[in-house]
Amino acid sequence: MSKGLFTGSAIKLGDGISTDHIIPGRFAYLRSNLPELAKHVLEDTLPDFNSRAKKGDILVGGNNFGLGSSREHAPVVIKMAGISVILVKSVARIFFRNAINQGMPVLLCDTDKINDGDELEVNLTESKVTDHSSGVVLNTSKMPPLMSTIVAEGGLISYIQNHKDFVLE
Amino acid sequence: MGKTLAEKILSTKSGTDAHAGDIVISQVDLAFVHDTTGPLTLRIFEESGFNKLADPSRAIMFLDHAAPSPIRPLSNDHLFMRRFAKEKGAHIYEVGDGICHQLVAENFANPGDVIVGSDSHTVTGGALGAFATGMGSSDIAVAMALGKTWLRVPESYLFYLSSAFPKGVYAKDLILNIIGRIGADGATYKSMEFGGEALQNMPVSQRLTISNMAVEAGGKVGLFPSDSSTREFLKSEGRGDNYQSLYADADASYEKVISLNLGQLSPTVSCPHTVDNTLPVNEVKGVKVNQAFIGTCTNGRLDSIAIVAAILKNRKRHSSTRLLIAPASRKVLLQAIEQGYISTLIEAGAIILPPGCAACLGLHQGVLADGEVCISTANRNFKGRMGNPEAMVYLASPATAAASAITGEITDPREFL
Repeated sequence: MSKGLFTGSAIKLGDGISTDHIIPGRFAYLRSNLPELAKHVLEDTLPDFNSRAKKGDILVGGNNFGLGSSREHAPVVIKMAGISVILVKSVARIFFRNAINQGMPVLLCDTDKINDGDELEVNLTESKVTDHSSGVVLNTSKMPPLMSTIVAEGGLISYIQNHKDFVLE
Repeated sequence: MGKTLAEKILSTKSGTDAHAGDIVISQVDLAFVHDTTGPLTLRIFEESGFNKLADPSRAIMFLDHAAPSPIRPLSNDHLFMRRFAKEKGAHIYEVGDGICHQLVAENFANPGDVIVGSDSHTVTGGALGAFATGMGSSDIAVAMALGKTWLRVPESYLFYLSSAFPKGVYAKDLILNIIGRIGADGATYKSMEFGGEALQNMPVSQRLTISNMAVEAGGKVGLFPSDSSTREFLKSEGRGDNYQSLYADADASYEKVISLNLGQLSPTVSCPHTVDNTLPVNEVKGVKVNQAFIGTCTNGRLDSIAIVAAILKNRKRHSSTRLLIAPASRKVLLQAIEQGYISTLIEAGAIILPPGCAACLGLHQGVLADGEVCISTANRNFKGRMGNPEAMVYLASPATAAASAITGEITDPREFL
């Protein structure tokens, strides 16, 4: 698979998936035990998410995905479930930035056109999603240049280790 | 063309002529963590190979979400944070000192500062004219190591506030009203800036409530100008010398201007399970309440406790409604004791919790049972927020929560004023 190309099955969620849905506060005592914490990802919202999600799957959401807390644990546990890229109609800004910092692209597109279980191919370079199950091709947003670089380099820490500073193009 | 507050602050801190939409590298005046996002931040810091903090005096740790810790793993997290602080020369606030955002307002935030914290309610600092915003652990680790961060200068919305609050209506009702109107994504990525004549009679404590909830509408920051109220607050906290006047330019360009007449507001409540699911209190009157929780970074200050004590004086909580009071800081608790509010509240049947986040996060000190309803002065009511997905949380002002604690059901506070 070439860089910037992701293929996987869609796992579809609705609107307003908050960080409290993704990783509830009552599990905060597990935040220093990420493998244990990750067992509870989306537990109240999609109880079979963890058993369903396999490496390379694509998480698909609606409006205002990731609203709420700045807990970076939210994109971390999603990534630990095997999710490679997130497609949404709109995204809350702290979650967006945190996902990028974890090296996980978040792209905006008309996710109403994607069904749960559809086989998707996401092309980051061309800002396109192809739904092989329905045949639909969607345009996606493009991440701002600095964020694209951070994702391409595997996340914020890799980026800073490479460059020692922020480099504005 | 003139500049908004966001453009002014970020221009100064980046050393550029910054406009909305620009990406800038900004100096960071304060970077902080607390005990549920701190451990990940500090581990990232250590694993990244950073050896020291850019400026130990500008990196602060707070132990507030588990205060004191109810369970061994969190106690060990506290141990880790204390060790890190000691090794790196950073200051750490102990359990019982108070909530991070309250302590930042009391001790650190200044007009024109750039403040980043590993908590979404870092926006609270905007009440003091600081560009204060929440970020995740990786960003804060880097900010602590480099003393800077990258920011996209947000477009600004102006909330033009006129007139004054009528009796029984408070800053909390205003911000709930705004969020209900524009929605949980109504101000995503925007600088929510406040202005208008109503600010002349709006002390900083009320502004802190409003700024605190900017993030619940998606806002990047919730900015107030720095004026005489700001100066008064800074003086009372021993930082009068850090005052500077800071206003948006008269010809600044806003993406939206929303005018609000405070005189036309009524007590407002956020219903389960989103902050923007607001209704006037009279439309949810009569909903039975099992727990009233008063406190948090939103409404845990002396003015809120004073209002609650006034309503509860010589009255008792309803026998089926638990009443929890969590002062936002040790300082607030001491002042409340001096004023006699704590005795009044205890006599009314309240439980006084340690200064800290208490029941807000669902971790301890007031987890709800299945089917229970809590009326809370906090800033979030997502499903499961207070520790139980089978419970319901309504958000309200301290006055509304206090009145409801007496009757045992959601009540218009004006019936008691």
